[in-house]
Amino acid sequence: MNIRISDVSTRSVGRIGIERISISLGDGADAFEAVRDLDFAIAPGELVCVLGPSGCGKSTLLGALAGHLPVTQGRLTVDDQAVLGPSPDRGIVFQQHTLFPWKRVRDNVAFGPKMRGVGRSERYQAADEILRLVGLEGFERFYPSQLSGGMQQRVEIARVLINRPRVLLMDEPFGALDAQTRSMMQEVLLDIWTRIPTTTIFVTHDIEEALFLADRVIVMSARPGRVIEDIRLPFGRPRRAELVTEPDFVRLKRRILDLLRQPDSPEPLARLSPLGIR
Amino acid sequence: MTTTRTAVQVPWARWLVRGFSIVACIVLWHLASVLHLSLGFVTFRNVPPPTEVLQSAIILLKSPKLLAHVGSSLWRVFAGYGAAVLLGIGFGFAIGRSRAASDLLLPPLELLRPIPAVAWIPLSILIFPSSEMSMIFITFIGALFPIILNTVHGVANIDRRLVASARSLGGTPAAILREIVLPGAAPSIVTGLAIGMGTSWFCLVTAEMISGQFGIGYYTWEAYTLQNYADIIVGMLIIGLLGMGSSWLLTTLGHYLMPWRQPAVAR
Repeated sequence: MNIRISDVSTRSVGRIGIERISISLGDGADAFEAVRDLDFAIAPGELVCVLGPSGCGKSTLLGALAGHLPVTQGRLTVDDQAVLGPSPDRGIVFQQHTLFPWKRVRDNVAFGPKMRGVGRSERYQAADEILRLVGLEGFERFYPSQLSGGMQQRVEIARVLINRPRVLLMDEPFGALDAQTRSMMQEVLLDIWTRIPTTTIFVTHDIEEALFLADRVIVMSARPGRVIEDIRLPFGRPRRAELVTEPDFVRLKRRILDLLRQPDSPEPLARLSPLGIR
Repeated sequence: MTTTRTAVQVPWARWLVRGFSIVACIVLWHLASVLHLSLGFVTFRNVPPPTEVLQSAIILLKSPKLLAHVGSSLWRVFAGYGAAVLLGIGFGFAIGRSRAASDLLLPPLELLRPIPAVAWIPLSILIFPSSEMSMIFITFIGALFPIILNTVHGVANIDRRLVASARSLGGTPAAILREIVLPGAAPSIVTGLAIGMGTSWFCLVTAEMISGQFGIGYYTWEAYTLQNYADIIVGMLIIGLLGMGSSWLLTTLGHYLMPWRQPAVAR
């Protein structure tokens, strides 16, 4: 399968519908509501960052969209089809350590096509092509453990995008990287996203990261997570590193900081994962 | 300071020390047996010196008996251990992946597990009409439990984020078992295989001493009853070599099957 970039850019797929959903986690007496009454839609091709304090359920929402967690109430749809379970149509990138350690980079990336029954030479060709796109040409035969954290995340992104998903779900994908690698990876992501425009939900608790990347930032409250603000960003693209020092950027950053630092907001809770409580 | 110096030490010097250590052991053995060393609670009066053992070894090497003994021992290990590998990994996968299989299979296994394999010898002689089968069974029992338990451990401890990723990438349950669970559990399985191999040989030698007619354990015990004391040590050394060889085989197999890990099996 070739990545026909011109094709992808004209697709108008990837509309996400989040319709009055609540998600409860835990069993019996330990059960709690992780998110409550979320209700918003995401347009095809949009890059949305979900911001919120630790444990607010933003990763839970992502897990539900990926099909790994059931919703307790409401409905999740992608292009008007209900989300019923995991699917290569909804690619998810975790924070770290989800590459298959026993597969070389090329085989990790070619996993999706292999599952679809694509022949070896064809899927390797597709894998090499997308690896070039994420800047990893020459590393095809490496094992994940031989790569740096940033390079591993590039492989993760390539492995998901090779399936040409309708939506890309990212759970603090750069959270484990050092500051310098992190800001480089943000630019890498925007570059890839420009070439393979895909509806993206990017969960983070880093305000600057959200403002730098997103078309739109959704701010969530502490548990049970609810939407407290939905901000459309006025910044044009392509984004440059200088953006973070512009007055508009700083003003928005202060506004979100205030939102997240409400006087009644409790201590941050333990982090939830897209697979549930841990 | 000391550690740095050891680290940069030249390799041949280290090999020299290692070689010296072995030579020293042989010399001590020689002295103890030639001088009929007796410390009261332990005596070397009946222990033959290394030279005598070497002569016996050469005689055995030239005789057709060696092949018969080693051959029948190897066959028993191959059959018993092989069956334990197949059944152990199969059971381990079932128990590690399915709650129903775990509830069904685990209770009896947990009850039988604390019984040392050697304690099975009398019963297995009663159960199996041929002593050959009973020895293979003991070898099998010895290897079975470490293989099952390590497989279960490996299978049950697969990082669920890896399984979730595979599902999100379109992996079917069968593909996930093959592409994720099996390689993910492989290090633990190989550890089980290595432990199982050790207990397998241990049980086999014991069983052969009790009920064998051929086999290296039988050879060693026969040497004792016939008072060919040098042959006892020859038998012991051969058992040691066979154990070493099979564990080398497993380590090599581990490296070959798991190239993504550096040192695969612990020694």
